Amino acid sequence: MSDTLAIEANELTKRYDGVTVVDHLSLQVRENEVFGLLGPNGAGKTTTILMMLGLTEPASGSVSVLGFNPTREPLKVKRQAGYLPERVGFYENLTARENLRFIADLNGIDYAEANRRADEVLAKVGLTESEIMEKVGPNRNIEKTVGKYSRGMKQRLGIAEVLIKRPSLVFLDEPTAGLDPKGINQLLDLIEGLPKMGTTVVLSSHQLYQVQRVCHNIGILAKGKMVIQGAIDKLGREALAGGRFRIEVETEEPSEKLIKVLRGIKGVVDLEVRENMLIISADADLRREVSKAIVQHNFPLIQMKVQEFSLDDIYMKYFREE
Amino acid sequence: MLAILRKELADYVTSIRFLASFLLVIVVSVTGLVAASQGIRSANLPEGIVFLGLFTTSGTVIPSLTYLVSLLIPIIGIALGFDAINSERAGGTLSRVLAQPVFRDSVINGKFLAGVVTLSIMVGTMLLLVGGYGLSMIGVPPTPEEIIRLFFYFFMTIVYGAFWMGLAILFSIVFRRVAASLLFSLALWLFFSIFILLIAPGIANALAPAGDGTEAELMRNFEVQQMVTRFSPNILFQEATTVLLVPLVRSLGMVTSSQATYMVANPLSLGQSILIVWPHIVGLISLSAVCFAMSYVLFMRQEIRAT
Repeated sequence: MSDTLAIEANELTKRYDGVTVVDHLSLQVRENEVFGLLGPNGAGKTTTILMMLGLTEPASGSVSVLGFNPTREPLKVKRQAGYLPERVGFYENLTARENLRFIADLNGIDYAEANRRADEVLAKVGLTESEIMEKVGPNRNIEKTVGKYSRGMKQRLGIAEVLIKRPSLVFLDEPTAGLDPKGINQLLDLIEGLPKMGTTVVLSSHQLYQVQRVCHNIGILAKGKMVIQGAIDKLGREALAGGRFRIEVETEEPSEKLIKVLRGIKGVVDLEVRENMLIISADADLRREVSKAIVQHNFPLIQMKVQEFSLDDIYMKYFREE
Repeated sequence: MLAILRKELADYVTSIRFLASFLLVIVVSVTGLVAASQGIRSANLPEGIVFLGLFTTSGTVIPSLTYLVSLLIPIIGIALGFDAINSERAGGTLSRVLAQPVFRDSVINGKFLAGVVTLSIMVGTMLLLVGGYGLSMIGVPPTPEEIIRLFFYFFMTIVYGAFWMGLAILFSIVFRRVAASLLFSLALWLFFSIFILLIAPGIANALAPAGDGTEAELMRNFEVQQMVTRFSPNILFQEATTVLLVPLVRSLGMVTSSQATYMVANPLSLGQSILIVWPHIVGLISLSAVCFAMSYVLFMRQEIRAT
């Protein structure tokens, strides 16, 4: 990560037919980081990405991508930035290599170089020869057309296509949507490796658990507004000021007295009772103290779970407030 | 733009659609040849325009090649263009292509040009097929003037096909669904090639009734009728190509018998033929240009939306 900004957006606003989709959004993405643009469906993530690529014009506000204004100089941005749309589509009657060569052609890469790069990116995304070929005769294999690809293969091909132009910035719109857990892991590993090769990644998602492990910084969007932006651990502390740990205890008919005792334990910030469940927010892992208190007061300890804060909690917190 | 042109051409040439259109082209060529073989002897064309007769004479029941072409070309044009933009949008490839460093207009320019090239290949094949087989059939080589006339015909046919393709592309931009753009294009084609001929007399009778049947009234009625039908690009094309390929046609308007007696029955020179259909030629070219310009503007202004 460096301190140079790859993207800087100020008060970006977009309206479609009078509805404000993106509302005075400001964000900064540093070079060579993975930035997660998170938010529920319809929060304006895709529109934000489209504005940064110059595919749609902002109603007001400004954005600078790699030092260029995408509205004024879209080609300069697009030469260096790759984009993987949410519903990635390919020419289904062409093979993977043909699709890649077309994109390379659009980027002004000559045929021989395109072929070289196609092999390189296919290997990088783990599309093996056996996956992209099919048998048509006893000793004859030909390349499959993309129409016969599975969802996961298409997604990987989408990444390959983004990488073929050797971009310094990539926008991945919901890259994990519709993939199985194994596919998601492969994809995230791939994304994690991109900053090392000098590629900044902006990744949009509503699947927080999945992306939290690869993002350095995140921005949470809701109804077109940036709710919060920053590094994950810092956000966690701020968002869950109530405590970093969450302990769930199941017992039987907890009495007022027990609750009072539990509240009294040092480090407990909050306690919530839901029938037989006690949900304790704490600064530290207080399982030992809590269990001791319960047993001492002759209540059964049926089960107990501790959870460290996760991005999901941050997310839920902001959306509950909405 | 070259990249898109290359890809679109490769797509067209390898598609089933192209194969079907090409089969149609061959069927039309063969039919036209059969028609000519039946009718060219009895047409008794004067020297110098015999070769053109291959394209314009109809058989005992089979219509002439030019007539078949005027029916076929719109279909090919529509087939080439009706899903140009909306299928890319539905397939999710449009936003991917536009995210590459290409100007947005190169997408539509490339598609249009690829269509024009494909059309040229088809029309060229047809003319050469008929010309070649026809030459061995009748044994009369074309005169230089006939070749120039055929070139004009070739050019007009491309322009006419480009009009229908432009219209289909326009609909493919306006409508999100492929079926809608196809149906609208076909409906318009049906209207301009058939319905306008049915409603033209009605309009003419309403605007200029020929109740007494005087010459002036009949003339007026006919003129209104002709004016209405000329709103149709199909009629424009048919009239223009008839005059271009049949030098014996001296006028498209009504000729009274008193005028006819003063007419000399020899073929018109090329310049004179072109003079008659100059408005047709300009009209067809501008129709194609307007269609393409509208598609262009709409496509450039269309939002690439998230959904």
